[in-house]
Amino acid sequence: MALPINNVLGILVDNLIKRKSVLRLSKHQVTDWSRGLNIPKGGQTVIYTGHMYQLIPSITAMAGKMAVFENSWITKFFGVGRFFNKFINLAWFMARTDPEETRQYNNMLRNIARLLQQANIKFGYLYGEELYSGALIHDEGVDDVFKEHAQKVFAMFKRNGVKSVITVDPHTTNMLRSVYPKYIEGYDLEVKSYLEVLAESNIEALQTLDLDVVIHDSCVYARYENIVNEPRQLLRKAGAKINEPQYAEKLTHCCGGPIESFFPGKAKAIAEKRIEQLGTAGNNIAAMCPICLVNLKHAAKNENIKIKDISEYLAKAYIGVPQSTESIRT
Amino acid sequence: MIKVDSKFAKTISKAKEFDASACLNCGVCSAVCPMGINMLPRQLFHYALLGAKEKVLENQETIFSCLLCRMCEENCPADVTIAENVRTIRGYINREVFGLSRN
Repeated sequence: MALPINNVLGILVDNLIKRKSVLRLSKHQVTDWSRGLNIPKGGQTVIYTGHMYQLIPSITAMAGKMAVFENSWITKFFGVGRFFNKFINLAWFMARTDPEETRQYNNMLRNIARLLQQANIKFGYLYGEELYSGALIHDEGVDDVFKEHAQKVFAMFKRNGVKSVITVDPHTTNMLRSVYPKYIEGYDLEVKSYLEVLAESNIEALQTLDLDVVIHDSCVYARYENIVNEPRQLLRKAGAKINEPQYAEKLTHCCGGPIESFFPGKAKAIAEKRIEQLGTAGNNIAAMCPICLVNLKHAAKNENIKIKDISEYLAKAYIGVPQSTESIRT
Repeated sequence: MIKVDSKFAKTISKAKEFDASACLNCGVCSAVCPMGINMLPRQLFHYALLGAKEKVLENQETIFSCLLCRMCEENCPADVTIAENVRTIRGYINREVFGLSRN
């Protein structure tokens, strides 16, 4: 038996209404990446994480459980689970997050913020006040719940006097730039991805990236938001050679991630297909969406294939961070 | 036999983003779909426009399997907003079948 869509989606919707996120994270989990970076609180321009990178360790832990539940007798009891989840956040009991994975995804956010600092961009952060964007609930078509949540997010920015938002992942960029204006009257935020902000800046590489990089374009960046050239421009400027896989740029192939919540098996099959396409173009793969990154990483069986977030390559080139060595302990 | 539910057809087609009637039935969308979903979107949209509610509801798994990746839209000669149409149908199922709604 496949996972029961109504109850799985019901739990996510209930969480967004009750806990303002699909899988509730503590304030510590949301903000820990920013420790020691001296980012001011608030301001007219802010970095907005939308919690996507911070959610990945919880998504990994939950997906592992869901993959076991898929096709098992336990799916019959998801309705009971949804009932109890209204009172107790079941996600906290379902699965433990991996501290090493948490450290890695926090580091990606640190690298992104440090790249913006290196480019002399003045920005603040809303810290514990920041909310999830509601992207998953929008994609699944629960529009009235999404609209109500989007209004809360917009109010959060207005309350803090924010005029301009720098996003860090494709889904949040799409929500804030192209979807929110359809749901919120008088919506007036300027929204740019950090890749666009860096590409427009005068940032210069401190180290040469002497390697071939295969870009995995995100469907949402490429086809929804027309962000195709910026990642290539930034990598080339640092000296990297770009190898394009079969299906690239606006014709990129999905990683399978968007259906992970309901169909973990199908999502994995799509990711394996994509890994095969990417692997024929080279071993150093750059993803620019945390959902793509985690889904592709879990599907990659060949140890020679290294899949990294693009921010890791950029941090090495533009701020001189040795790859995978800098860390913060949570 | 296909039963037609005119109320269902009206609800779906009055959604302002639902532009499936522009579909030329050329099949490019199905050919390029990374999921290999054959019935999406052509057949599904025709069922929806016709009011074949039961047929649409029989295919819930297919409807929620769509990646919303827009590979189909990128290749659609009629510029149909396929992903948005899929979202519209999901919205109907959420409200009318799953009872997932604020109100």
